Amino acid sequence: MNGMTLSVAAAGIAAPGLPDWATACAVLRGAAPHVAAELPPSFSQLLPPNERRRAPPAVRLAFRAAEDALARWPLPAERLAAVFASSDADTGIIHRICQTLAHPAPQLSPTDFHNSVHNAAAGYWSIATAARGPSNTICAYDASFAAGLLEAALLAGGENLDTLLVVYDVPPPAPLYEKRPIALAASVALVLSARALPQALGRLRIARVARAQPSRMDDAALETLRLANPALRALPLLRLLARGAAGRATFEDAGDGALCVDVLP
Amino acid sequence: MNASHFEPPAITAFTATSALGRGLEAHARALREERSGLRRQAFEDCTLDTWIGAVDGLEIPLPPQWSDWDCRNHRLAELGLNQDGFVAAVERARARYGAQRVGVFIGTSTSGVRETERAYRELREDRLPDWFQHRTMQNTYAVADYVRRRLALCGPSAAISTACSSSAKVFAAAARALGAGLCDAAVVGGVDSLCLTTLYGFHALQLVARDVCRPADAERSGLSLGEAAAFLLLEREAGDARWRLEGYGESSDAHHMSAPDPEGRGAIAAMRAALARARIAPQEVDYINLHGTGTPANDLAEDRALCALFGRDVPCSSTKGWTGHTLGAAGALEAVLSLLALREGFLPRSLNTRRKDPRIEGAILMSTRHAPLRRVLSNSFGFGGSNCSLLLGVRA
Repeated sequence: MNGMTLSVAAAGIAAPGLPDWATACAVLRGAAPHVAAELPPSFSQLLPPNERRRAPPAVRLAFRAAEDALARWPLPAERLAAVFASSDADTGIIHRICQTLAHPAPQLSPTDFHNSVHNAAAGYWSIATAARGPSNTICAYDASFAAGLLEAALLAGGENLDTLLVVYDVPPPAPLYEKRPIALAASVALVLSARALPQALGRLRIARVARAQPSRMDDAALETLRLANPALRALPLLRLLARGAAGRATFEDAGDGALCVDVLP
Repeated sequence: MNASHFEPPAITAFTATSALGRGLEAHARALREERSGLRRQAFEDCTLDTWIGAVDGLEIPLPPQWSDWDCRNHRLAELGLNQDGFVAAVERARARYGAQRVGVFIGTSTSGVRETERAYRELREDRLPDWFQHRTMQNTYAVADYVRRRLALCGPSAAISTACSSSAKVFAAAARALGAGLCDAAVVGGVDSLCLTTLYGFHALQLVARDVCRPADAERSGLSLGEAAAFLLLEREAGDARWRLEGYGESSDAHHMSAPDPEGRGAIAAMRAALARARIAPQEVDYINLHGTGTPANDLAEDRALCALFGRDVPCSSTKGWTGHTLGAAGALEAVLSLLALREGFLPRSLNTRRKDPRIEGAILMSTRHAPLRRVLSNSFGFGGSNCSLLLGVRA
């Protein structure tokens, strides 16, 4: 990618046993064991009170990781470009809509309908933060993290925009679950910048290559997590960032290739 | 914004299939003859009384080797791909650059949700039928993956799903990938098909017109839904290619999930960014293809925005009176219509508009005009306040 180097200025996460970046850092460094536990409830600081009620679960999950990352980002959130990436967004709403449509003379909830768009999280985010810059919503099924990371890197590196990447997915309800068994809810966020930032978690160089084996986690529990939710495909990169280590993390992408992310020394 | 290094990609092939028919000539003819593709008809078992822009011939299934992918959206994609020599053009690009150097960026809002709707009607003991495949039918990436596999490409690929701006934003994503040298060519497009979710959903939001959609009309009452598949091939090396993506601009409203900012600030920002990237002044735009859904709110907000940036003299119109609002396909479909306007020297009138809304100050075309065109701006504004403007041009 023309030697584009980017800073990761901040990271955020919300996943079972990894409820925030501080905890995740300790676990990924091996300083603390991974304890599988439900995500404790949390309340968005950015969603206005009435939107906190109306925003669907997938949106609230996306906000968790994003707000976690923003805790370490000193500049106003409104200046960030955004890339949201999700395989299935809010399947709970799709389920409710399809259930309703299975009956004659269906009455769809208008709120459900505008919340059913794949980019609902991006929309709520821009409203909550007054962010008016470019915002994209990407889907690449299991490779949504890689696709989102690439697009965020292109915005940050190619258009010189500090960019928030948020990747998230929720378990679909039955009967959809059988067709798409995402076992647990998780979201991950990164703030990327083309500038060399002194407090950066790491500097990345990203390249796309032909098919390559994706990086795995050595710890069995973390490897299970990595495969349990498309957002947690990010774990190998998060591990390098948590450790402050140089190294390579490889991700399957949706075009039958792979993304190589080198964390520079 | 780093506008100074933008190299306009060439557009070396394009095609569209919609309620106006299959391929460019069908669309050019319908535009010339002022013949709308919208009909007052029911879509399958939907009981709503509405006008829709449906594509004929989607009852034919995909070939057996694609049975896992067989859904209305992919049948529409397949029909769309098979027009205007588009597949052959992509094959030439694949041969020239290599399959891994051709990317795929497809916009869609509902993907194969029609099949999910059908599957829910066949629930037995709380299980969905075996024929229903989530990954290859419903998932938002499915249509991008279908196009990618169908064209045997393995460059960077993604679906973009930002409601009504989806297949305008694919141009921006592709331009970024081309600019960074990640690929040498990219298939961009949009596919969205009629489904009960959008028919009943827009109805629940009271955004559907009582009769046919009438963009910019004093008595307009909403949109008419349509479906379409539109595809374009972008190449980094423009050479002496005739058509170019000269600029793009993206912004967010930060206002409301389903209503546009009445001041049009996000729309202004997107249009301004497109002009800045192309390094042109507003008066260098010859025609604006409006988002122009026909809802009271959109058409007024969009007019405010365009008058603030362009004044009142740039000829403009929405073509949704012809095709309906094709949602995730609208950006790409209307980019194709804009290229047809450039090709033909043709400024389409605002179809179905009887009396222009006196509050709308822009130069809405009330009759078709013929004039050589050099640059056309096309707007797409979606739910969640996602805005994208594309500047398309013909080489001087």
